[in-house]
Amino acid sequence: MSAVVEDIQRPERSKPLIARIDWVKASPWLYTIALFAIWEASVRVFDLPYTVLPAPSRIFAALYQYWSPIWKNSLQTLYTTTLGFLMAVVGGLALGLFIGWSKVIYAGLYPLMIGFNAVPKVAVVPILVIWFGIGAVPAMLTAFLISFFPIVVNVATGLATIEPETEDVLRALGAKKIDIMLKVGIPRSMPYFFGSLKVAITLAFVGSVVSETVASNYGLGNLMSSAQSQFNVPLVFAGLLALAVEGIVMYSIMAWVEKRMTGWAHRSTMSH
Amino acid sequence: MTHLVSIENVDMRYGGASGTLAVADLTFKVDKGEFAAVVGPSGCGKSTLMRLVTGLHIPQAGNVIVAGQHVTEPVSIVGMAFQNPSMLPWRTTLDNILLPLEIVERHRKRLRAHRAEYVEKAEHLLEVVGLKDFGSKYPWQLSGGMQQRANLCRALIHEPQLLMLDEPFGALDAFTREELWCVIRDLHAAQDVTIILVTHDLREAVFLADKILVMSARPGRVLREHRVPFARPRDLEITYDQAFNDVVHQLHGEIANARRAA
Repeated sequence: MSAVVEDIQRPERSKPLIARIDWVKASPWLYTIALFAIWEASVRVFDLPYTVLPAPSRIFAALYQYWSPIWKNSLQTLYTTTLGFLMAVVGGLALGLFIGWSKVIYAGLYPLMIGFNAVPKVAVVPILVIWFGIGAVPAMLTAFLISFFPIVVNVATGLATIEPETEDVLRALGAKKIDIMLKVGIPRSMPYFFGSLKVAITLAFVGSVVSETVASNYGLGNLMSSAQSQFNVPLVFAGLLALAVEGIVMYSIMAWVEKRMTGWAHRSTMSH
Repeated sequence: MTHLVSIENVDMRYGGASGTLAVADLTFKVDKGEFAAVVGPSGCGKSTLMRLVTGLHIPQAGNVIVAGQHVTEPVSIVGMAFQNPSMLPWRTTLDNILLPLEIVERHRKRLRAHRAEYVEKAEHLLEVVGLKDFGSKYPWQLSGGMQQRANLCRALIHEPQLLMLDEPFGALDAFTREELWCVIRDLHAAQDVTIILVTHDLREAVFLADKILVMSARPGRVLREHRVPFARPRDLEITYDQAFNDVVHQLHGEIANARRAA
């Protein structure tokens, strides 16, 4: 759960600067800066060749130098990832509701889903290439396949964990299965659903980049694999950095959506 | 003729023919407007009894007749309240209370057109249980006792003829519990409702009920039926009377015996 940051305005002006900084808000930035600083220092102290581990300064230089291809390929990756993710949202929600609907369907499909999820998606990419050729489609589908599972599981769990008392109260009033699902099951599974989006979006990036690396002429995955074949290690790292930024941005959007849509679940205790 | 609930020689077994027998040869009647309490050792099938009367379970043998009808499916003339208030956290208290109206056949059709009328009724109920002006609050903004009050409102909103309470105050502190006893007592006096209360608390049973059914250990059946002799309206003070404590004491002895017999 999110920590509440108390913003107490102290009237005394005389307080030193160090006491007026909101350390909780500042710390993500400070830690990131510290990471890069330590990295930079280590590379310099141990005199590592840039083909092994380039210093951040070198990576930023590469980022500047290759800005145009990085920007284009980042957009491409973002595009395939987002499309695959959206497919996973729609498909995962639908299948999750379907699975959570009845115990029989749940029991029947669950082992299949687990087996399916255990298959490494890298191994699926060649099959997708046979079906759809190289390019954006396999990347999109890999993103879809990999991010779809957590959504299904979470939605189904939300539906399967309706309190028996609530169900009894409603059934005693003559509620049909559909009533219970609409009034209780679906609203109840929404926090699980929105929570799973945060996991799913990061996985979607994994899927699309893996596929781009193996079988595409576009995207950050492809950019990094060709940079690697030319021993342009700073560019590889620049690609990784771009991916990390995209990942953080998309994650924050999902976290924000989650908070907006299901604020009640964060303030209440969803125990029992 | 005036029996609202009539259970005759009912057997209920869970989990197929070789499963556990929860109640055996269960027989009792509750009159219209009566307040009955069911007490007994734990695992005596009190919850099964609740589910039989409401039609959530259909027995393998015997008859369950509620309001003159054989129960073969859930009967919507009942309201239920459990120990767990199970309010839905995404609805305000008022919307939680209105939930049964969205389900019960004869209300759901007119809910949209007559919403104001129903809201007024819910607000009246909230006032009766001492939750005036709390309707717009979310359940997680209420204390446990307040949630349980709201739970009672939800059980009563569709004007059930029969109110089934399953240890509704089990999780509350002693003072809140006594307050809610009085709320239930007043609801029963003011409205034309029959109540069956399942409880572990013998003082609660004696204070509230007209009739107390003592059940045996599993498989449950009714061992004895007591009439509670105290006149209504009852004041909380009577719980300190000798006569009151004698009844509680006697019940306690009977349940201890039933436990030993098991």
